[in-house]
Amino acid sequence: MGKHILIVDDEPSIVVSLEFLMKREGYEVSVASDGEEALQALARRLPDLVILDIMLPRLNGFEVCQRIRGDDRWRAIKVLMLTAKGRDTEVAKGLGLGADAYVTKPFSTRDLVAQIKRLLEPAG
Amino acid sequence: MLQGWVIVLVSFAYLGILFAIAYYGDRRARAGRSIIANPFIYSLSLAVYCTTWTFYGSVGRAASNGIGFLPVYLGPTLMVALWWYVMRKIIRISKAHRITSIADFVASRYGKSQTLGGLVTVIAVLGVIPYIALQLKAISGSFTILAHYPRIVMPAHGAALPMLQDSAVYVAAILAAFTLLFGTRHLDATERHEGLVPAIAFESIVKLLAFLAVGAFVTFGIYGGFGEIFRLAREAPGLSALTTVTGAGGGFATWGFLTFLSMMSILFLPRQFQVSVVENVDEKHLGKAIWLFPLYLLLINLFVLPVALGGLMLFEAGGVDADTFVLTIPMAWRREGLALFAFIGGLSAGTGMVIVETIALSTMVCNDLVMPVLLHQRWLRLNERADLSGLLLTIRRVAIGAILMLSYAYFHVAGEAYALVSIGLISFAAVAQFAPAVLGGIYWKGATRAGAIAGLSSGFAVWIYTLALPSLAKSGWMHARFLADGPFGATLLRPQALFGLGGLDEISHGLFWSMLANIGAYVGVSLAGRPHVEETTQAALFVDVFRHTQGLDRSPVWRGSASVDVLLPLLGRFLGPERAREAFLAHARRRGLDSLESLPGDADLVYFAETQLAGAIGGASARVMVASVVHEEPPGLDEVLDILDEASQVRAYSQQLEQKSRELEAATAELRAANEQLQELDRVKDDFMSTVTHELRTPLTSIRAFSEILLDDPEIQLAERKRFLAIIVKETARLTRLINQMLDMAKIESGNAEWCAAELDMHEVIREAVESTSQLFHDRGVELSVVLVEPTPRIMADRDRMMQVVINLLSNAVKFSPPQGGRVEVRLDARPGALQVDVTDNGPGIRPADQQAIFEKFRRGGDAASGGPGGTGLGLSISRRIIEHFGGRLSVESKPGRGATFSFVLPLPAPPGPGAREAARVAE
Repeated sequence: MGKHILIVDDEPSIVVSLEFLMKREGYEVSVASDGEEALQALARRLPDLVILDIMLPRLNGFEVCQRIRGDDRWRAIKVLMLTAKGRDTEVAKGLGLGADAYVTKPFSTRDLVAQIKRLLEPAG
Repeated sequence: MLQGWVIVLVSFAYLGILFAIAYYGDRRARAGRSIIANPFIYSLSLAVYCTTWTFYGSVGRAASNGIGFLPVYLGPTLMVALWWYVMRKIIRISKAHRITSIADFVASRYGKSQTLGGLVTVIAVLGVIPYIALQLKAISGSFTILAHYPRIVMPAHGAALPMLQDSAVYVAAILAAFTLLFGTRHLDATERHEGLVPAIAFESIVKLLAFLAVGAFVTFGIYGGFGEIFRLAREAPGLSALTTVTGAGGGFATWGFLTFLSMMSILFLPRQFQVSVVENVDEKHLGKAIWLFPLYLLLINLFVLPVALGGLMLFEAGGVDADTFVLTIPMAWRREGLALFAFIGGLSAGTGMVIVETIALSTMVCNDLVMPVLLHQRWLRLNERADLSGLLLTIRRVAIGAILMLSYAYFHVAGEAYALVSIGLISFAAVAQFAPAVLGGIYWKGATRAGAIAGLSSGFAVWIYTLALPSLAKSGWMHARFLADGPFGATLLRPQALFGLGGLDEISHGLFWSMLANIGAYVGVSLAGRPHVEETTQAALFVDVFRHTQGLDRSPVWRGSASVDVLLPLLGRFLGPERAREAFLAHARRRGLDSLESLPGDADLVYFAETQLAGAIGGASARVMVASVVHEEPPGLDEVLDILDEASQVRAYSQQLEQKSRELEAATAELRAANEQLQELDRVKDDFMSTVTHELRTPLTSIRAFSEILLDDPEIQLAERKRFLAIIVKETARLTRLINQMLDMAKIESGNAEWCAAELDMHEVIREAVESTSQLFHDRGVELSVVLVEPTPRIMADRDRMMQVVINLLSNAVKFSPPQGGRVEVRLDARPGALQVDVTDNGPGIRPADQQAIFEKFRRGGDAASGGPGGTGLGLSISRRIIEHFGGRLSVESKPGRGATFSFVLPLPAPPGPGAREAARVAE
């Protein structure tokens, strides 16, 4: 089944790498480069998973996550936070806000893909 | 049988006995076996309080006021209960400071003030003279009555008697003679009169027995006991009122005032002070006196009312003065012996009072009034007289004579206007003025000399106005009109109804106002001022006497020296050479030395000399005399502090504590502020650290990701492979740049950067910078124009750094210019005292809110869509630091949508002179 993934990050280079990785796994990809764009993208088309950076212009990743979790339409969306902010407090905050996974940059490609797969295709 | 000469003979015989007792007492004292070291004798001597007022006057008052005569004895009884505290303190103080009179006490307490001593003396003399006059009147009157036996004749009223026929004159003269004999045979350093006291005790017994005899005779001889007298009195018209309290004159208010008055008088009458304080040998005798004296009072008052009632019932109304009942009742019943005994009793009462009172007053007059004045008269050159003891005695004798003469004069002038009792009460009110100064002085350290003077003066003034003047007016020596209407017709100021305060008898009225003025002035002036050093010392010594003296407190305030050779003659002048030698010798032995020559001339000796002298001439004068021979320095502050007790130390400590706690508070506040600052810095550092890590991780993320992708997948297309590698390269470069800039920033901020200042030409710098960025411009298709204004002077700066700045500005400009039609202009211009470089672009501009923010670390202007060689966000921060380091300023001007101009100014090296100020101003 073709899953749709929304990538939200403001660094172009990183977006390119993520795009490549996701497409390689056969997922459909949309991109947003800031928090507002992300919400607009969500409204346009429901993704199955959002790769969410935190340090975004306009609306930061935490807030986007809150909005996603707070909206009935979007509650089922998986959220994976991908960010350079790696302190325990940040991790806890992210997970506390409802993220399904939290990955720190720089990330291992293998690891990231494995997590996404797990989230999108539960065993069974 | 009772002829005049018999009476006279018996009287002289009695006085002779008294004198013999006094002589014997003196002899025993010299032999070292004093007979007055006996609590019974001490207590009996206190009974000198009971004068002819008690003996005759009580009955007189009882006859008109019933038991209204009692307050005068209730007072002392109540006061005695407090004696253990108050009197003992006074005695202890007086012994410690060798105080010889009440004037001396007050003067000593308030800094050894001669003014106060004089004031107290004047008040005492003027106040007590009427009282002495009263005794004269009683004695001479009783003599006259008895001499007319068997007829009962009242002494003539009015001042009709010419002096030579007035027996009072002779009485006064005889009393003067006896007083001189009793009191001024020699000077004692302690002013104790060893012979006088047993004589007084004896006469106390005599008067008590005499009164008891008459009383018993009336009660049991004439009537059938107490019960019958009272029963008959209640039945007699007009007499029953006398047995009730309200029937007594004045009611409870009067009782209250009179009780208070007599409480004061038992302390402050000069004769009472003399016998209870000065003559006291051992303060433990107070213990017995506390119950013996009230007992005495009880006994002597036991029969007063019965005698009064009896007299009223025996004699027809108005025929016989009630004052004389004690004498006239036995006379009426032909009991000659009893009548003579009664007369002797009255004589006892009167002479005891006069002798003691006059001696006490003469001591005060000599020590506290005359001597200070004489010592000030340099022309008398008293300092050079070898022996002043004769002078002192003479002064005292003259004083005695003068006092008795004045008393007679008063008696002659005013003695008939009042009953005996009223005169006495006026005197009580006068000595009551000492109460605030003395009682305040021994309990309140804050009392000052000024306060005491103010209190005494105002109280005495009011006393004169409300009590003394009216008594003269009523005797016809002043217009009686002013009593009724007030001075100059001011009814509000009527002496006996001041400010409209009516309803009180004249004594209570006068007492009220005088005490009000006294206490008010005393407290008010004391609080308004501050005690001087001398006063504070004395205050502490007095108020804390129980703490300081188990022995004598020897920490002298004297700082000075005088040898025995000087002090001995000085003392000899006043005490007599013999006694002075004895005193010094005794002192030397106490110090464990053999002879008085070996006494060191130290402060201790000076202090000893002063106290000895104080016994003879009073504390204030003694200090003056000793000071004249001693090389003295005024007491230093540390010495005064030595004397003052822990109270002042505690005060100092608490002040220190206060100050320390204030400092502590200040330090705490500082610490708190510093802590907050540190926390802020910490937060900033944390923010910085997290930002830095974030910035570093971002390019690393791409590098790693693409590296892994390329590694994992050998099948990737070449084009993509190239693309990915290019990104890796780019991000690596970015990372490198970031690290370099961060290091640079760190160096600059920590002050470790190396700056080379050399002369440089901005033209060249700009041209080079343009060259290095020309590729960027070309790549983005942005036009660059350079405007250099010639010529520009050289400046001192670091070439590389300047390049760094210009390149930074140029690359920013290029980044933010629109790819099509972007235009950037570089302009170099000269300003007064400075150079200015502007870099202008026509990009989107910068919002005003961001115009400050962009200079902050890691801030990148615009959106992240500013691609290109990815800004680090540090460029402007570093540029600004660099420019500021060279005294310049980097700023931006921009309107959103209209591009931005970054400008920096650099000051020219200042030519010496006004130009420098210009440059400095520009650089701000």
